[in-house]
Amino acid sequence: MPIKRRPERQPEKQLVNRRVNTLLIFVGQKLLRLGLLLIAVAIFTFVLLSLSPIDPVQAYIGADMMQISADQQALIAERWGLDQPFWNRFLDWLGQILQGNLGVSLVFNRPVSEVIAARFQASLQMLAIAWLLSGLLGLALGTLAGAVAGSWIDRVIRLYAYTLAAAPTFWVALLLLIVFAVSWRIAPVCCAAPPGVLSQNVTVWQHLHHLLLPAMTLSIIGIANITLHTRQKLIEVLHSDYVLFALAQGENLWNIVRYHGLRNILLPAITLQFASLSELFGGSVLVEQVFAYPGLGEATVQGALRSDVPLLVGIVFFSALFVYIGNTLADLAYPIIDPRIRLGGQMNR
Amino acid sequence: MLSLSNLSVTFTQYDRGLRRKQLRVITDLNLDVQAGEVVAVVGASGSGKSLLAHALLGILPQNAVMSGTMTFQGEPLTPHRCRLLRGKAIVLIPQSVGYLDPLMTVGPQVQRVAQLTGRTKAAAKTAVKKTFTRYGLPAKTFDLYPFQLSGGMARRVLVSTAVVTPAQLVIADEPTPGLHPDVVSETLTHLRELADAGRGVILITHDIAAALKIADRVAVFYAGTTVEIAAGRDFFTGKLRHPYTQALWRSLPQNEFLPVPGNQPNLEQLPQGCLFKDRCPWVDDLCREERPALRELNDGWVRCFHAEG
Repeated sequence: MPIKRRPERQPEKQLVNRRVNTLLIFVGQKLLRLGLLLIAVAIFTFVLLSLSPIDPVQAYIGADMMQISADQQALIAERWGLDQPFWNRFLDWLGQILQGNLGVSLVFNRPVSEVIAARFQASLQMLAIAWLLSGLLGLALGTLAGAVAGSWIDRVIRLYAYTLAAAPTFWVALLLLIVFAVSWRIAPVCCAAPPGVLSQNVTVWQHLHHLLLPAMTLSIIGIANITLHTRQKLIEVLHSDYVLFALAQGENLWNIVRYHGLRNILLPAITLQFASLSELFGGSVLVEQVFAYPGLGEATVQGALRSDVPLLVGIVFFSALFVYIGNTLADLAYPIIDPRIRLGGQMNR
Repeated sequence: MLSLSNLSVTFTQYDRGLRRKQLRVITDLNLDVQAGEVVAVVGASGSGKSLLAHALLGILPQNAVMSGTMTFQGEPLTPHRCRLLRGKAIVLIPQSVGYLDPLMTVGPQVQRVAQLTGRTKAAAKTAVKKTFTRYGLPAKTFDLYPFQLSGGMARRVLVSTAVVTPAQLVIADEPTPGLHPDVVSETLTHLRELADAGRGVILITHDIAAALKIADRVAVFYAGTTVEIAAGRDFFTGKLRHPYTQALWRSLPQNEFLPVPGNQPNLEQLPQGCLFKDRCPWVDDLCREERPALRELNDGWVRCFHAEG
């Protein structure tokens, strides 16, 4: 009986060349899209800020406004090009951004790029811990709930997830602060280090100690989402034909979850995990504010409250970049995990 | 080896709100299978063929209620015994490659089937490789994903899942639709070989012509019940007993190509009397009142008051 013929194996070198080409095309496309995204973000940011009630001159001078005459104000406005038409201002501003000049933060009195770099370093550890915790716990709880869907364990986990999904971040943060920092006194109330200690004298343990509660708060918020999605996906997998066949082979539930369930929920879980970066980033604004943790989120709040336009614009750009990188990483993970994408593409060529 | 009598399966579904709906998918079904024979189960879609397989393996959905008796090798086939025997004594050859995990290479999947029958990992792997070789599958098949298999290779891999077990009863669920004629006859040959090696084979299909090539006996299903059990040769010698079997046989393209008028009854509200009465040319008052029992006739079985030898 004739077997359907498979295409001949290509010589290895050609295959490698093709792979490199595919990768280059992928990177090129991604960079092009990133460029378009950033231009769109730039236009929106500029238009919105032009329409906002913040007067840049007033924001710059601050409390000394009373001592400065209208003429001097006009002079500053002229020097900054504020008297120019909209398009001139926009192109001038875009030119500066393209050269990497994000301006100087009014609140911190340092270049915006420096402020973002320093603050993001502080936030990064917190985000990383929260991201890993919420991913692992969410996956574990979601898998458990999905495997025993309908049982009391599933109900408890779902109740927990719905409650958390509905709870505002700052409220959860306050609650944890009250329990762990005020009642039990096992966590610090605020900040990234004990008060009165110079940053170079802070030990790793003190650092972790201060990091833990904000990171936990942030992860608790993320868990709900990942749990519910994982649960749903696992239920779908457990109703599939291949699980029915596994049952017919005499496989038990836990081995089905182990051999087929985890494998098949991994792809959506990873997508979700990387997509959750944006939510974590958003959540960190509130969490850092409540814990007075000096990260990027806290800088955002300060910038917003004190009309620090350059800093806000910088953070908008940075967060767009951050979320975009997260999603791109998820895209890159697909072909590694899913053989249908990895091998399917080669076969069709 | 296997004997089913008066098997019924009912699904309870919730309709709008809390109104419950009873779906009688299998009604008074009778079937028996001996070692070494191929019994074809034929019928239109919705006649309960696949559900029979699921009932035998104890993998019906939770909202299903079963009644009647099933015995396997002389002992009643209870849900508990089903769980112990499935994958070991009773195995399923599924319909398509969609019944394999799409993200796992096929070798380890078949190996897992062998391991579940109590073999060690190494022994299971050897058994799989031996089976693949026997079916002419290239060595690299072991490391291919299901989507990389051609239709013919997929069929051989699926048959391998049964061959690597010591199962006495093999249920092949619709193994032939949508395949190249060569692959169909190859698959049928493999099933015949399984029976010749002493196993009992249930071949579930709607393709009577294909089934008749290898089947010793044919059970015809209609609306979840057995209307006739005939020997394979009865089809060619014109000895068919039930009007539905006769109509089915006439409806084949190579015969008269006449469609069977009408539809199967609504499973939510099975009619009183014979389930085939609405489409039967022989119907009379008795058929409308009373449901006929399966009776022996000319070395076969028929569920009809008016069938004569």
